[in-house]
Amino acid sequence: MIDIIQQYWRPLLYTDGYTMTGVAMTLWLLVISCLIGFCLAVPLAIARNAKNPFIRGPVWTYVFVFTGTPLYVQLLIIYTGIYSLSIVQHTSFLNSFFKQGIDCTLLAFALNTGAYTTQIFAGAMRDMAFGEIEAARAIGMSRFTLYRRIIIPSSLRRALPLYSNEVILMLHSTTLAFTATVPDILKVANDANSATYEPFWSFGIAAVLYACISFTLIFLFRRAEHRFLAFLRR
Amino acid sequence: MFNLGGYGPIILSGTLTTIELSILSLIVSFLIGLLGASAKLSRSRIAVGIATIYTTIIRAVPDLVLMLLLFYSLQIWLNDLTDALGLDQFNLDPFTSGVITLGFIYGAYFTETFRGAFMSVPRGQMEAARSFGMRRFYAFRRILFPQMMRFALPGLANNWQVILKATALVSIIGLSDIIKATQDAGKATFNGFFFSVLAAVVYLVLTTASNGVLMLLQKRYSVGVRRAAS
Repeated sequence: MIDIIQQYWRPLLYTDGYTMTGVAMTLWLLVISCLIGFCLAVPLAIARNAKNPFIRGPVWTYVFVFTGTPLYVQLLIIYTGIYSLSIVQHTSFLNSFFKQGIDCTLLAFALNTGAYTTQIFAGAMRDMAFGEIEAARAIGMSRFTLYRRIIIPSSLRRALPLYSNEVILMLHSTTLAFTATVPDILKVANDANSATYEPFWSFGIAAVLYACISFTLIFLFRRAEHRFLAFLRR
Repeated sequence: MFNLGGYGPIILSGTLTTIELSILSLIVSFLIGLLGASAKLSRSRIAVGIATIYTTIIRAVPDLVLMLLLFYSLQIWLNDLTDALGLDQFNLDPFTSGVITLGFIYGAYFTETFRGAFMSVPRGQMEAARSFGMRRFYAFRRILFPQMMRFALPGLANNWQVILKATALVSIIGLSDIIKATQDAGKATFNGFFFSVLAAVVYLVLTTASNGVLMLLQKRYSVGVRRAAS
């Protein structure tokens, strides 16, 4: 155990000397995919609750497909599937994008977490107390102002507990990145395992690192909930 | 377009493997969940402690990490055990390790689901059953369990969907499931995109079909509950 830590502590934490690896890579994957997913989810959640079926329908299909299939399959489609299409290989922009494991991973992760987050936010918007909307209309707010000042802030706050859960699940999903040769914590642990034949300690150290990240995230979300959901506290 | 290139039977058997794996893991994790929930609700401090450590650790560590950890370590421990007992080496296949690890991991999630559901059943129900002279186990089977299931079903449905999707990970430790079959087919026919999408469609069909079954179950266990609205 000690020799694995001595030999691998640097790649496990931030770098192998060439690129970003380990904890830094995992956090990078998590932050970027959650950011893109969040930016996707807010407008899509509004569209999901639209009255027009031509707006509602496509969003429903997107959520249905991405929450109904495993992330690993989505990653395989994007990483190996799309790259095998000749049209992609012969377009230089697409070729350079889909050749990089990390680009494909980020794309797959962002689309996946975007779908789950859309579901969460759309649910929270549906559960808005109608009196709040009525009051905002009575004051004479325009539709845009209504969304900007009432619906979005209030529903995002109330979605926080579920959203924190989604972020933790996303952290767990980032482990799939190692199948697309992205050097995250699990990839380094896997290398350590193949070099030392000590699976328990190699993966055990990775498990401890992931658990530390999980607990930190849970703590931060608790603090955020304490602050943003103060009005629900009893 | 819909030419499977002779890979149809392999893909079909891969799909069956995936279904078997998820159902067996569901059963294992269901039982572990019941056990864990009873441990968490018991009066014994040691049982509560062990169950709490179990659920906390499992839910904080990614399933893929635990799967690799257990898959490689279980075999080594097993070898040590058979060596110590002077038996022949016993090889764990990916399917068995898949069932064990998925069951062990999702047992923690089931523990939490069942704990919440048991606590939602009014205490008076069990008291009434006991005062009728029902034995503990009998009261559990006839009174507590059916009522608990109604509260547990939404969480259970969610866990089942997660298990079904998590079986995709078992191909990483070498199981010939639907993923492995479609990837092999894709490599051989140079049509990886089509076969990967096919795998996604199979999963989509499975999750949608099981949603229907779960809705029926929900109806069955909600007999006798009147909705406020309708």
